[in-house]
Amino acid sequence: MSGSLRRAAAALLRWGRGAGGGGFWVPGVRAAGSGAGGGGSAEQLDALVKKDKVVVFLKGTPEQPQCGFSNAVVQILRLHGVRDYAAYNVLDDPELRQGIKDYSNWPTIPQVYLNGEFVGGCDILLQMHQNGDLVEELKKLGIHSALLDEKKDQDSK
Amino acid sequence: MLTGRLVSGLVYLAGRVCLSQGSAGSGAMGPVEAAIRTKLEQALSPEVLELRNESGGHAVPPGSETHFRVAVVSSRFEGLSPLQRHRLVHTALAEELAGPVHALAIQARTPAQWRENPELDTSPPCLGGSKKTRGTP
Repeated sequence: MSGSLRRAAAALLRWGRGAGGGGFWVPGVRAAGSGAGGGGSAEQLDALVKKDKVVVFLKGTPEQPQCGFSNAVVQILRLHGVRDYAAYNVLDDPELRQGIKDYSNWPTIPQVYLNGEFVGGCDILLQMHQNGDLVEELKKLGIHSALLDEKKDQDSK
Repeated sequence: MLTGRLVSGLVYLAGRVCLSQGSAGSGAMGPVEAAIRTKLEQALSPEVLELRNESGGHAVPPGSETHFRVAVVSSRFEGLSPLQRHRLVHTALAEELAGPVHALAIQARTPAQWRENPELDTSPPCLGGSKKTRGTP
């Protein structure tokens, strides 16, 4: 657990702009597992989900999701160019796995938080992606969705 | 949105692979599937209730009832957010979700929304999470 935490912390990668069009991408994972002290108490989770604008709880890591639904969440964020988000791997920590389910009152993983507010799981994020709500919600957080640029590119052609 | 369609297309295609694995061992409706049907019918009086056991595509024994996808079409969802709709489904299936069911993909639609696109989607392919959990220290 602590090993994976260190690895994930070391994997704090912020991918610079360069490869235009958003082809290659590395997520800005800042933590995995439950953070210092471990566990899944409501207070700890409350702090955790509020610490970053975009927080996801996954099975696996953004680099290596262990579940198709978690992977879908990672891919949706990637499409929107959201690179700087906190991802926690519940498979590393049984307390976190149960704790976040209780905290969110949501029985499944993945779970997505935006600005400390619970958004839902894979189905809801996909729905928000498809109907355009995600672009709007990201905008409220000061995050500019890469899809807007893509659309602009298409319009100008 | 163009990319949105692309993603759902990818998810769809991937899901088909998953399903083709799953359908091989699936037979009659199991007790969990039956319970899910009954409870959702009682709780939400759906106009349409489509349920698929997707367990076959996952790292579980043949005949398992662990992974499901459900489309619930009910007028009860009118005026409710996606989150609220999903919570209604979760509440109805609290027992199953606390027990045998590991994954439940939910399409909670109003009758009008269902008529726009009356299809049970397919889920992305399993990436072996639970299998790897068991093998990981």
